[in-house]
Amino acid sequence: MDLSLTEEQTMIVDMVRRFVREEIVPLEDNLDPDADELPPEKLAELVEKTKEMGLHGLDTPPEYGGPDIDLVTRCLIAIECSQHRAGLYAPCYYAFGGARQAQLFEATDTQKEKYLYPMLKGEKKVFFGLSEPSGGSDPGRAIQTRAVRDGDEWILNGTKLWISGADRADYGLVFARTGGPGRGGVTTFIVETEWEGFSVRRVVHTLRSAKYATEIQMEDLRVPHENILGEEGGGFAIANDRLSRQRIPYSAECLGVAIKAHEMATEYSKIRETFGAPLSHRQGIQWMLVDNEIDIRAAKLLVFDAAAKADRGESFRTESAIAKLVSTENSFRVVDRSMQIHGALGVAKDLPLERWFREMRIRRVGEGPSEVQKHVIARDILNESLR
Amino acid sequence: MPVRMDKPWEPLNENSLKTVASHLGVYQLANEAGDIVYIGVADARTLFGLKGELRNAIASPPAGASQFRVEINMAYRTRHAELLQAYKHDHGELPIGNTDIDERMLGRLRPAG
Ligand SMILES: Cc1cc2nc3c(=O)[nH]c(=O)nc-3n(C[C@H](O)[C@H](O)[C@H](O)COP(=O)(O)OP(=O)(O)OC[C@H]3O[C@@H](n4cnc5c(N)ncnc54)[C@H](O)[C@@H]3O)c2cc1C
Repeated sequence: MDLSLTEEQTMIVDMVRRFVREEIVPLEDNLDPDADELPPEKLAELVEKTKEMGLHGLDTPPEYGGPDIDLVTRCLIAIECSQHRAGLYAPCYYAFGGARQAQLFEATDTQKEKYLYPMLKGEKKVFFGLSEPSGGSDPGRAIQTRAVRDGDEWILNGTKLWISGADRADYGLVFARTGGPGRGGVTTFIVETEWEGFSVRRVVHTLRSAKYATEIQMEDLRVPHENILGEEGGGFAIANDRLSRQRIPYSAECLGVAIKAHEMATEYSKIRETFGAPLSHRQGIQWMLVDNEIDIRAAKLLVFDAAAKADRGESFRTESAIAKLVSTENSFRVVDRSMQIHGALGVAKDLPLERWFREMRIRRVGEGPSEVQKHVIARDILNESLR
Repeated sequence: MPVRMDKPWEPLNENSLKTVASHLGVYQLANEAGDIVYIGVADARTLFGLKGELRNAIASPPAGASQFRVEINMAYRTRHAELLQAYKHDHGELPIGNTDIDERMLGRLRPAG
């Protein structure tokens, strides 16, 4: 596998790296260490710059106005964009365009006009409502939110838990049971947050302050039939390919944070002295740095392997699961070791390491926990179907 | 943890501050009648956390505040957002002293009760 960058990729990486160092990192000096947002005017200024770079709307397909970049280049950008304090869950404070609900690209033309295009323009915010108190790893079985048809409408009742940003959203995708047990009984609805019967009950406080989680309640919420996304009973059949693709730059973001943490630990080990010598002279510390290096390189190879396969049009489902699993697990270990090398400073809010540690911990659970990624990989190895 | 803070109020003076440490967290200020006039946060940029913020409030009380209550909370940002949103749901607007909040950055909450 040739991992050397093309001239264009080198140029893009340089440009994004400079943007992060010159525009983003200095801003963080004046923000709370847990901040995840900029005032709208400042964000608009930065968005203008990413537009000038031709890199705005990174996760938007070219046919919808996004830049025409392959997944390998997208991962190179993701590695750069996450190298600042808020970089894991708010890379560059969304100056390159926020995360997209990929399913909406599969919407009907009318739905696209009403929901997809305003989201792409950044005018409307969307939430993703899959997980429930009964579980998120196996939503096909766990979903208890019920939708019952009443003429041209559906009546939804149920609770969704852990839903990021629902209190700020204008609409969202809600997965509800319209049929029997299992994945085939679940339908996706586009639900507007202003509708009667929809409530965000509370903020769920976790290790992560960026894009915080909420609890949603739906009580006799009436949703027009035309707001079904995809087919009735086909809630899990929409945009699987797009979602697996998105998981690859998501994995690359973890790498960016790990690279930065490792860089910080390496530098610190050279300047901090104990017992009459720099930390970097101690084999115990050198081995931590070696383990960091190996964890990063291994994860990088697997992330780019997944991206390259997807770019070549080959099957990449297993590769995407491996990339997610290894990048989150390895990056978590890298951040943990880097904190250890920094001693007390590592756990203080003065440095970004403690925030990365908390957020990287969530990455091992969100978007499918590590064990579920292994479940997917094992299934592919054993060639079993999900049902 | 209830969505709305329901601890008893303490008088906003130096004497009451003896029991408040310099932790990070959120706090509310009220007038004599117990109406909330300000919802604040002691984030990681503050010097001396909740104690420092309350000391500032004693020096120049926002909107006639004379009482306070605090909650130590490392999830201070999300808790601050939650308290502001719950107040807005209950009263239709933010507390009179919260002129420091950009409402475009707030979401909508409909807490039970
Ligand atoms: C901050 C935050 C934000 C979130 N945002 C959203 C959102 O916007 N929308 C949304 O729908 N969800 C969201 N989630 C939910 C997230 O996707 C789920 O937490 C995740 O899917 C796991 O579901 P669960 O927590 O119910 O764990 P469970 O499904 O109960 O699983 C518990 C644990 O069991 C283990 N496990 C599960 N299956 C297997 C298996 N087959 N083999 C071995 N072990 C297994 C795993 O270790 C797993 O962590 C968010 C979660 C967090 C923490």
